[in-house]
Amino acid sequence: MSINPSGWKPEMGADETAEVVTFTGNRALMLEEPLLFEYSDFGDTGVDFPPAPVVAPRLGGLDRNRPIGLPGLSEPQAVRHYTRLSRQNYAIDLGLFPLGSCTMKHNPRLNEKMARLPGFGDIHPLAPVSTVQGAFELIDLVGTWLKTLTGMKAVAMSPKAGAHGELCGLLAIRSALEARGDARSVVLVPESAHGTNPATAAFCGYVVENIPATAEGRVDLEALKARLGPDIACMMITNPNTCGLFERDMIAISEAVHAAGALVYCDGANFNAIVGRVRPGDLGIDAMHINLHKTFSTPHGGGGPGSGPVVFSEALAPFAPLPFVEQQSDGSFILVEEETAGDYHAQSFGRMAAFHGQMGMFVRAAAYMLSHGADGLRQVAEDAVLNANYILRRLDDVLDAPFGKSGPCMHEALFSDDGFPEGFSTIDVAKGLIDEGFHPMTMYFPLVVHGAMLIEPTETEGKAGIDQFIGALRSVAERARAGDVSLKAAPHFAPRRRLDETLAARKPVLAWKEPVQAEAAE
Amino acid sequence: MRYLPLTDADRREMLGVIGVRSIDELFVDVPGAAKLDGPIAGLPGHSSEMLVERKLKAMAGRNLAAGDAPFFLGCGAYRHHVPASVDHLIQRGEFLTAYTPYQPEIAQGTLQVLFEFQTQVARLLGCEVANASMYDGSTACWEAIVMARRITRRGKAILSAGVHPHYVSVAQTMARFTGDVIDTAVPDLTDGAPGDDMDWLLNAIDGETSCVVVQNPNILGHVADLSELAAACQARGALLIAVVTEPVSLGAIRSPGEMGADIVVGEGQGIGVGLQFGGPYVGLFATREKYVRQMPGRLCGETVDVEGKRGFVLTLSTREQHIRREKATSNICTNAGLCALAFSVHMSLLGETGLRRLAALNHAMAVEAADRLGRVRGVSVVNGPFFNEFTLRLSKEARPVVRALADRGILGGVSLGRLYPEAASLANGLVVAVTETSTAEDVETFAAALEEELA
Repeated sequence: MSINPSGWKPEMGADETAEVVTFTGNRALMLEEPLLFEYSDFGDTGVDFPPAPVVAPRLGGLDRNRPIGLPGLSEPQAVRHYTRLSRQNYAIDLGLFPLGSCTMKHNPRLNEKMARLPGFGDIHPLAPVSTVQGAFELIDLVGTWLKTLTGMKAVAMSPKAGAHGELCGLLAIRSALEARGDARSVVLVPESAHGTNPATAAFCGYVVENIPATAEGRVDLEALKARLGPDIACMMITNPNTCGLFERDMIAISEAVHAAGALVYCDGANFNAIVGRVRPGDLGIDAMHINLHKTFSTPHGGGGPGSGPVVFSEALAPFAPLPFVEQQSDGSFILVEEETAGDYHAQSFGRMAAFHGQMGMFVRAAAYMLSHGADGLRQVAEDAVLNANYILRRLDDVLDAPFGKSGPCMHEALFSDDGFPEGFSTIDVAKGLIDEGFHPMTMYFPLVVHGAMLIEPTETEGKAGIDQFIGALRSVAERARAGDVSLKAAPHFAPRRRLDETLAARKPVLAWKEPVQAEAAE
Repeated sequence: MRYLPLTDADRREMLGVIGVRSIDELFVDVPGAAKLDGPIAGLPGHSSEMLVERKLKAMAGRNLAAGDAPFFLGCGAYRHHVPASVDHLIQRGEFLTAYTPYQPEIAQGTLQVLFEFQTQVARLLGCEVANASMYDGSTACWEAIVMARRITRRGKAILSAGVHPHYVSVAQTMARFTGDVIDTAVPDLTDGAPGDDMDWLLNAIDGETSCVVVQNPNILGHVADLSELAAACQARGALLIAVVTEPVSLGAIRSPGEMGADIVVGEGQGIGVGLQFGGPYVGLFATREKYVRQMPGRLCGETVDVEGKRGFVLTLSTREQHIRREKATSNICTNAGLCALAFSVHMSLLGETGLRRLAALNHAMAVEAADRLGRVRGVSVVNGPFFNEFTLRLSKEARPVVRALADRGILGGVSLGRLYPEAASLANGLVVAVTETSTAEDVETFAAALEEELA
């Protein structure tokens, strides 16, 4: 029992329903924040510098004379501006973030601390190799873990994110095919694939064809076999797939693809479901990217940075990109780049990015791997799968689970909007969840399910939190089924109500302009 | 395990609700041949926070941090002082642990930051519009080449010899698969204008040329006026792509946009983002408003909500992979959100006033350092105009000199032998960057050691 020390007894006023309009537009802790360009004291700075030595400039007469238009804030203003903005975001730190296929798990703070050690955070990518042996050791450590966890032969550490990893995998596949004089033009992707898969295949010059799914939500092996032929370069598959199911026929799929002279690319976005329990190398996969920002907990940061190392089978290892780290017999590390590629890695397809990859993410992933160990990672997969199945079973009476009878789900539970009355769809459930204080699930993906709701709780949620989420989603789903129109106007309590995306796209305003200028442009 | 909240009692109860006896029954669809009975062999078990910290600290301790040595490296990654508040703010959990703002009503923080970032980047680079970031400068450069191909429907890109060799290498790798033609060369150590190949570029533009790519300041530190080249590109229907690897330079030097570039890409690392051994960094991408629908990457736009309040959303996503699939302008999905935030926070602390002061300080210190190093016996400064980075010609091969300096605890620049191992003509070249983080004592230590190594 808490005590009110003031002795004052709160009472409701007479008119408790009246809409209150505040002078500021703020609503207590919900604070409106202007754009930084709208601060009235535009032009100041929040950084002090020692005076510059007086020299005759050598800029070749190219001095920037015209105003740039960059406002400066003092430190207190800047801290307040960004702190206020931060409070308009939902985040894992605030609650369950069940975005399917995104693996929004807790981001351990030890990882952040380690990445900021000067020996990792303050070293230059072109520093003499004798001065950065510990950095190469760390890259090698992460690479070794990734190879061991996936049962694969080689790893490329330089890809910058998942889609960049896909690109890396497909370029290696194309190089391997070209090396055997076998130009092939088509990449197969399942209907349920992430959008990056077909985009990546097209980006490196392939024609993309879809392979249908069976009624139970898995790749149709017979349809795949029927399409395989000498023009097929590779099958891109996601396993566990985006319907949340393990591809039961995965070994048979790989065998069929290999028998047709093609290779198997696995989108590793969903590796969290099987890490420590299944090695993709045992499933016949030739290349797979691993989103360190998913399975290995590096923070998503509001949309990156990611990191997408790619593991390769024996068949593709010789074609992996530059650069890579190689340990010498004396224990020291060297960096194999264009210069020495011929000695170590003559068939490499080349460089994908400047420098050596997302080192800051490698440090975080290393801290995560070492913390969990092989046993902890296995537990990660098990708890992630357990949490998802629990959600699937607890809600399948109120939401349609299109593949509920296809066997257990993996790390994500998939529902559809089947059974909702006319005019109600997944978006209304999603926006209703926002009012309940949760981030919505992934909506309308995968495309194979009508009004898909893909829910990935991850292993870092406890049972009480999941029960509360289930209660909230059940309540919202029931409101949708009952045709509760208040749901159509949700969210009611977020910093913004539904936003007009059509207006944004029709008349794009992508940068701030001074009001006078904006009027003149009308 | 400290990151796993489920208790064994929870697990048993949940298995009961699901209707299975053991966790193994949830993995029933895994083929028998691929099932693992226990933790993967060859990897250690879980570890306490203290032990992990000890292990990683030992590894970090085997590196020579830039802050612990006289430090003069640049060539695409620059060491600048980042105010303490930047790192504090990007570690706010609401920024750090948020996802891509696909639910705009509860992501206005990230979205407003992206809108401000786009505005800052556009203004800094001198363009009308900028996107919400790319992975880094090198990949942004390739995406710009692809975009120029889409706009011009031509397939030949001419890359100046002054473009960072890693950026060139990325373009060459990609072009082998896409069928684009890349025309480029190795830079010359021309006195007064190293790496400047303006005459060649002007002559090389033809009816097949989709774009000319130049870097300013270039890899050897040379600063050039791009106006004539921009006009020549325009006259022949090609686009001018300018690369900026040192964003601080734009506080002193006229922006590529002002000089007529059609697309400006950059490595934003120098503002707000630490060296981090090469990543994560933040790619900048800006262009003319008329090309916006051909741009790669995410864009944040202004709109209103149903109550008429201003808000921000990701927009024009019909260019992007999750909508457009194989017809997207790029396969990029995740970008560099948190690094973009760091860039934006640092930039709003600097403001125009601070940025100009920072740039002036860099330039003045670099001029003083160039004069001092130029007086070392066996050293000459190759550059005429430069910003905070210049090239020295040594009396002997630079690569072993850099290694010997490292052995003495001095990080004394990037040898051109490392960047261009095949080019004998560049072997004696050493690129030196001087920022506000160097001190006059550092320059003196470097000069004295260089004198001894060259003796």
